[in-house]
Amino acid sequence: MNRANEVRLWAVMRLTSMVLAFAVLVHLITMIVVIRNGLSAEEILARTRGSVAWLVFYSVFVVVAAIHGSIGLRNIVREHTAWRGNSLTIAAAVFCVLSLWLGLRAVQGLFA
Amino acid sequence: MTATLTVAVWKGDADGGFVEHDVPQRANQTVLDVVSHIQRELDPALSYRFACRVGMCGSCAMRVNGVSRWTCRTHVDKVARDGRLTIQPLANLPIVKDLVTDMAPFFDKWERAEGPFVPSETRPADDDFAVVEPAGKQRSWADAAQECIGCGVCYSSCDVVSWNPEYLGPAALNRAWVQMNDERDGGRPARLRAVSGDAGCHACHSQQSCTLRCPMELDPASSIAGLKRLSFKAALRGKL
Amino acid sequence: MIADGPRQHLPYWGFVAHRVSGLLLALFLPVHFWALGLSLRGAASLQGFIGWTDLPLVRFAETGLVVLLAVHLASGLRILALEMLGWRAAQKNLVAVSFGVALACGLAYLLRAF
Repeated sequence: MNRANEVRLWAVMRLTSMVLAFAVLVHLITMIVVIRNGLSAEEILARTRGSVAWLVFYSVFVVVAAIHGSIGLRNIVREHTAWRGNSLTIAAAVFCVLSLWLGLRAVQGLFA
Repeated sequence: MTATLTVAVWKGDADGGFVEHDVPQRANQTVLDVVSHIQRELDPALSYRFACRVGMCGSCAMRVNGVSRWTCRTHVDKVARDGRLTIQPLANLPIVKDLVTDMAPFFDKWERAEGPFVPSETRPADDDFAVVEPAGKQRSWADAAQECIGCGVCYSSCDVVSWNPEYLGPAALNRAWVQMNDERDGGRPARLRAVSGDAGCHACHSQQSCTLRCPMELDPASSIAGLKRLSFKAALRGKL
Repeated sequence: MIADGPRQHLPYWGFVAHRVSGLLLALFLPVHFWALGLSLRGAASLQGFIGWTDLPLVRFAETGLVVLLAVHLASGLRILALEMLGWRAAQKNLVAVSFGVALACGLAYLLRAF
């Protein structure tokens, strides 16, 4: 991957991190507030079903988390193993798409 | 009776190993004194570098008990553990012999980071010097970073260099940051491109070993962060 | 903190914490999404999965995840502060505060969960 694209990946990493900083904070607070004597599917679904606000929040969260995580994994592999080059970038992209698919499917299930 | 230090010194090239010597301990003894004692009295074939002995030239940098330092400015009683010292050449550079490394890759990277000043104009007709406001923001940033003497301690201390041998390293990037803050410099856009990417400032993980180890008490980690900001702004404007 | 060995200074540990937590969280992400995807098949299926999460050991693992998330958030904010805002002098305090915030989140979760 050329220099300009590496810089773009870095910039995407930082931009997603700014969104994630907010989203993770909300997620942490939600978890700590919601967990009362254990997780309950009904409690979770009662909160999210039909709520456009939560739909938008979790959709954005899934997208930025999948992108951020994939770039991060690619960085870690490049620095700690001998795996470089296009095959690694493709593998990271596949991981990203897989996470996006599973994540958005889950969000859809929470909403409707 | 004088106390004795047990000193393990690296001998040979990358495939070499440690040789132990007993060295008499003295008051106010520096690690460079210890290495000199070994070369003069115990092993005349030992190769090492030094010149000024007072922390100006930066040529005596080695790893002492695993930590990169100027040996001339390191007192034995500050670093010896149970009367033992381990002395190795700098890390992340090819070993020529014993404690001498080949510094060429280190300085080649200064070139690759476009370290040299690029004049933006010839001397004006009225023969005046360019005026750089001493209290200016950029001038103060350049001031804070420019006293590097190229000893290689930061380069040897940086994990990212060992993970990614293409990485330009703290010293070269710190130099680039100085020049990026020189308003007379005409090579700034090209330099910013040269120091961007996964071999440049974006490889840095802010572990700050360079800042911690720099004997000049410079802050290369912050210089690199400055380059990241410049590069980020340029990338957002599509000018990288 | 006085650094004794080559890699014992606080910002280095900040980096290690960010990297390890990031690696584990990234690998956990698809699993997390897959488990939540069970909600597609209704509350019963999701509850079936969540029922399993009532085991004390799993509770502790969940607390671990909360801590990881908090660690990664806090140490990530440190990186943003260093890189984007150019903070210098306060960097060691930042690392310490990062660890503190992460620990506090984990404890809060643990207290709520039991």
